[in-house]
Amino acid sequence: MKTFTGRSGAVLKTYSILLFFLALKAAGNSAMAWGMKQVPERMSMNPALYLRAMLNPYVAMGIAALILALLIRMALLSLADLSFVLPVTAVGYVISVYLGKALLNETVTRQRWLGTLLIFAGAILVGSTSRNTTQEGAK
Amino acid sequence: MKWVLVAAIVFATVLGDLLQSHEMKRAGEQSVSARGLARLLHVIAQRRLLILGIACNAVSFFSFMALVQTEPLSFAVPASSASFVLETLLAKFVLHERLGARRAAGALAVLAGVVLVGG
Repeated sequence: MKTFTGRSGAVLKTYSILLFFLALKAAGNSAMAWGMKQVPERMSMNPALYLRAMLNPYVAMGIAALILALLIRMALLSLADLSFVLPVTAVGYVISVYLGKALLNETVTRQRWLGTLLIFAGAILVGSTSRNTTQEGAK
Repeated sequence: MKWVLVAAIVFATVLGDLLQSHEMKRAGEQSVSARGLARLLHVIAQRRLLILGIACNAVSFFSFMALVQTEPLSFAVPASSASFVLETLLAKFVLHERLGARRAAGALAVLAGVVLVGG
């Protein structure tokens, strides 16, 4: 019984962190895309261009959100396997396509939606597998 | 050019994730409280492969910045999910995680999705 509550607690914790990660990632991506399109110089191999682009407030906000998302994702990876984390966070791809259309006024073709739905379907297929799949996790 | 950037994102992400997953498993369970994040930063500083993993993330990140400057977000983000397919394969063969037929089918669906999104 103790083992059971411990397990479901860990699962709840994993999914809460996952939701927080998805929200941050979506906000960060949108801010970044919006800001980068305002930056006049085209990015190349020159690192100075990237540093200057970071002066744009939307790019800076996007970076802050994405760095926090990266740290949260690392915490998530300490709780669950990569082959669990990757498919479930793929839901974020669908969110980003929607935000691209709704917030950034991008044209999303039927083919692109179909591709996005396939990515989503793939995520659902793999999302139902166990939280921790390494040998140690199975013990 | 857009596919060069997508390839840079995919390979850097895959290498970075493998290094991170490997090192974080060795570091043990982490929490997201303020103290937890401080401890996480301490763990990062002590592990070289983890730092290399983060450098890979930086390369992926800058490539993403360049990609969203010229391409729509609704292309850039789903296209980068190609890393998922490569990563699933590597998770099996490098990290020795067990992958079922269901998971393999899911990975194939994602791959097909990426092809459609890029077309």
